[in-house]
Amino acid sequence: MLKTFKKGGIHPPENKFSAHNGIRKLPLPGSVAILLSQHLGAPAKVIVNKGDEVKTGQLIATGEGFVSSNVHASVSGKIAKIDDVTDISGYRKQAVFIDVAGDEWIETIKRDNTLEKDIQLTGEEIIKKINEAGIVGLGGATFPTHVKLTVPRGKKAECLIINGVECEPYLTSDHSLMLEKGEEIIVGIQLLKKALNVPLAHIGIENNKPDAIVLMEKLAAEYKGIKVHALKVKYPQGGEKQLIKAITGREVPSGGLPVDVGVVAFNVGTVFAVYEAVQKNKPLFERVVTITGKTLSQPANFRVRIGTPISAVINAAGGIPGDTGKIVSGGPMMGKALSDPEVPVMKGTSGVLLFASGESARRNMLPCIRCAKCVSVCPMGLEPYLLMPLAQKNSFDRLEAEHVMDCIECGSCSYTCPADRPLLDFIRLGKSKVGRIIRTRKKQ
Amino acid sequence: MSSIIIYTIITLSLLGAVAALVLYFVAQRFKVYEDPNIDLVEAELPAANCGGCGFAGCRNFAETLVKAETFDGLFCPVGGNETMSRIASVLGREAVTQEARVAVLRCNGTCEFRPKISKYDGTMSCAIASALYGGETGCNYGCLGFGDCVMVCNFDALHMDPVTGLPVVDDKKCTSCGACVKECPKDLFELRKRWKGDKKIYVACMNEDKGGVARKNCSVACIGCSKCFKVCPHDAIVMKNNLAFIDSVKCKLCRKCAPECPTNAILEFGLPIRKQPETINTQLINKEE
Amino acid sequence: MSNLLTVSPSPHIASEQSVSKMMYGVIISLVPAFLITLYVFGLGALVVTVISILSCVLAEMVIQQFILKTRISIGDGSAMVTGLLLAFNLPSNLPWWMVALGALFAIGIGKMTYGGLGNNPFNPALVGRVFLLISFPVQMTSWPLPVASRLQYVDAATGATPLGFLKEAVRGGVTVPEAMNQLPDHMQLFMGQMGGSLGEVSAVALIIGFFWLLYKRIITWHIPVSMIATIFIFTGILWLADPSKNASPVFHILTGGIMLGAIYMATDLVTSPMTKTGMFIYAVGIGLITVIIRVYGAYPEGVSFAILIMNAFVPLINKYIKPRRFGEEVKHG
Repeated sequence: MLKTFKKGGIHPPENKFSAHNGIRKLPLPGSVAILLSQHLGAPAKVIVNKGDEVKTGQLIATGEGFVSSNVHASVSGKIAKIDDVTDISGYRKQAVFIDVAGDEWIETIKRDNTLEKDIQLTGEEIIKKINEAGIVGLGGATFPTHVKLTVPRGKKAECLIINGVECEPYLTSDHSLMLEKGEEIIVGIQLLKKALNVPLAHIGIENNKPDAIVLMEKLAAEYKGIKVHALKVKYPQGGEKQLIKAITGREVPSGGLPVDVGVVAFNVGTVFAVYEAVQKNKPLFERVVTITGKTLSQPANFRVRIGTPISAVINAAGGIPGDTGKIVSGGPMMGKALSDPEVPVMKGTSGVLLFASGESARRNMLPCIRCAKCVSVCPMGLEPYLLMPLAQKNSFDRLEAEHVMDCIECGSCSYTCPADRPLLDFIRLGKSKVGRIIRTRKKQ
Repeated sequence: MSSIIIYTIITLSLLGAVAALVLYFVAQRFKVYEDPNIDLVEAELPAANCGGCGFAGCRNFAETLVKAETFDGLFCPVGGNETMSRIASVLGREAVTQEARVAVLRCNGTCEFRPKISKYDGTMSCAIASALYGGETGCNYGCLGFGDCVMVCNFDALHMDPVTGLPVVDDKKCTSCGACVKECPKDLFELRKRWKGDKKIYVACMNEDKGGVARKNCSVACIGCSKCFKVCPHDAIVMKNNLAFIDSVKCKLCRKCAPECPTNAILEFGLPIRKQPETINTQLINKEE
Repeated sequence: MSNLLTVSPSPHIASEQSVSKMMYGVIISLVPAFLITLYVFGLGALVVTVISILSCVLAEMVIQQFILKTRISIGDGSAMVTGLLLAFNLPSNLPWWMVALGALFAIGIGKMTYGGLGNNPFNPALVGRVFLLISFPVQMTSWPLPVASRLQYVDAATGATPLGFLKEAVRGGVTVPEAMNQLPDHMQLFMGQMGGSLGEVSAVALIIGFFWLLYKRIITWHIPVSMIATIFIFTGILWLADPSKNASPVFHILTGGIMLGAIYMATDLVTSPMTKTGMFIYAVGIGLITVIIRVYGAYPEGVSFAILIMNAFVPLINKYIKPRRFGEEVKHG
């Protein structure tokens, strides 16, 4: 019996077109726009100026405060300007624009491909190097990794969970990374185990990636304290709370963190970035991005430099098809639709998904027929049919009492609703308004 | 008449009388004492229950007024000075006055001036759209056009203009209750001083992008050039974040600023037409509304 | 214009399920039952069903167009389903104008006064049926003889249903085993050779429909199984206690509207609870009330009233029975 999370979940069509296409290096673009805020927390503060020459991997902005992250140049060349560009939030934010010239890396980075197994640093030194390298959660949440590794006082980490689930349809960047860089990921796991001082790590992989499961099991067998779990294919298995429940059986309490049940979880991409940072002195300036869609001629996985315009990624996959209606950054369930293909790739960009016009069109909504499908698919045990009218009527007290803040915004409810009601739109609105009220209340 | 009917009538009448007596005594026993002034004050209030005073309905406001020692900070924008002075005489207290105000939409980014660069297919609500992105046009500050303000207005003073894509304020109906100000996720509404004849001069733009970017996305955007600021004799204009703002209290409607604006971002209403070459922008500015 | 990208909030994909697909799925699942009922009751079945469906759809269209002045929504198929289920609750010799009146009441009062689809607390088909039962008790309780009356409509020869016969017999002092000799055996009851309303007769056809509904994920098994199990257990206890006065549980389940009620009426999406636990409580309640009415009440049949009574409790059930939340705080002390 495959492990899974029992409550809720859906089975959207997988459409993993790019699963067996490997990872190719994307040719360097003419210019990049590296955003100063690619992570949760305070935006980084820029330390370079217009006209400066920079090398690949050079620090160009420092994190502000504890919950923040460093930002590095992903290319070498001259800084053209420090200006606003539209990012995936849909608003213009500050970025460092670099005109690409050659590809000269800073000298400290070890560019060879040999596997560095030896771990000579202490746990604290590892966390420091991760902080310096600007590593954030590459699963999409972009939470600064060094902050996650700093366990709050009074709480204890018992084990590590590595998220190789990739439950969103279409996306295959984590899958490809495990197939090509499995050994490096295992070393990364050892580094994180040492940083957290835990004896055990679990790797969760959905059962639709049998080659990755077999490979990771083989590689993990050479080490003590790494277990691989094949998980039932169900969305949102890759959600942190659902993953922890499936592997350990424990539920992260409402309003709590995974460390409350002794777990710290990381995406496989993050783990690989940790390996590169600690063993190769390579800061985070590139990542694997899946470019896919039913209409695309060559769906692929590319290793892309941060700041590359998404249009360059699309061009490398055969160019933008004529009837493209929607470009989504991320997966089809939780990704953000873009108004402009020049939005640059950020640390959290796991994939680019193209829809033909009409393929992703919303349908007209009907009255709620109280079929309770939304209740049965919600992985957090909430009642979306009720949260939507409460949000429409601004009933903030009741929304908070109905635990709207527990919603992980996975989209299973809107996906399932036979009456095509935009449940998640209103739940998100309710969450933002109730969240503001809670923050104001806490300040008083 | 058969005996059944007679007995039924007698029984029901007795029951009714007993019930009436019980109700009377219970009502007297559990009567809540309310200051009779509350009813008098409530009668003076407009009964719109719009929340513009900051309280939960007209009755709640009446209770607050009766209990309060002074009227500081207590004002009904719908009833205005007239209502507040009548209430003051009922309660024997000093009246407060406030300058009459009216809601103004600080955006003139019509479909013509501000071209669309994407198509929004989500729920037609400004709150939901603004959480998603900056809107269908290149201007991240302008009106989204989905009408949350129209829905929230209790006085039928806001309507969407299908040609321009912007909401239009009906000055006669607007009571400056402030609901639209609270609702607009872009903070485009402002309660500005109301002049006789509904005269207005204001910067119809909230764009804080640098001038070149603002102008590229909307032909009537404020580019922050400060020309208006330099000519204002009453110190009413403030420049901040590439945007001009005209303080409606300091402004004396001298009209020196509007012709200076290179993008016609400053709109004038209710004032005589200026003699100058007709452009599309001035035609719209000088419309008598 | 066509080159502009579309932007909307996530999710960007949706399942293929829709309201009309679910409604038409219910109609398709009732086809086996309809075919059997055509065989058993013939002309009457056809007339009553057609008039009921047409009247429901017409009533909804007229009310939406002229009275409420809102969008006409008969395309979603819900009025058709109400019409079909109402017909299945009626005897095949009911005069056409009574059928039409019942349909008008079902849609007009049972559904539209509450705000249309999704807003009604009571099952509209049952509202229509109970209205007809109370207004025209004689015509609503005269049951055409199965098979023999196939070619007749209003003038069909009538007789008692097995349940009605049994109730009268027990009242008259006949013991149950004696009475059972005069009734069809269990297999005949299962297949559909008995008197009753159009939809009551064939358990096997209804069960086929049940599996179709489960396959198409239109309903879940919780309500029908809980309801039938409750009735089985309750009547089983009574039967074991006194077999001379009480019929066997198998007899109870195969007669009257229990099969139809459990599979189609109690599972009506709009009027049933939103959680599995809530559905269980609801179904057990219906089962208990049905048996109480059948055994201790004046009517031989109690499913319609039981469902309507439990419909009234559904908002209460929904308010207090919530799904178990993920990461729910454990209460201490």
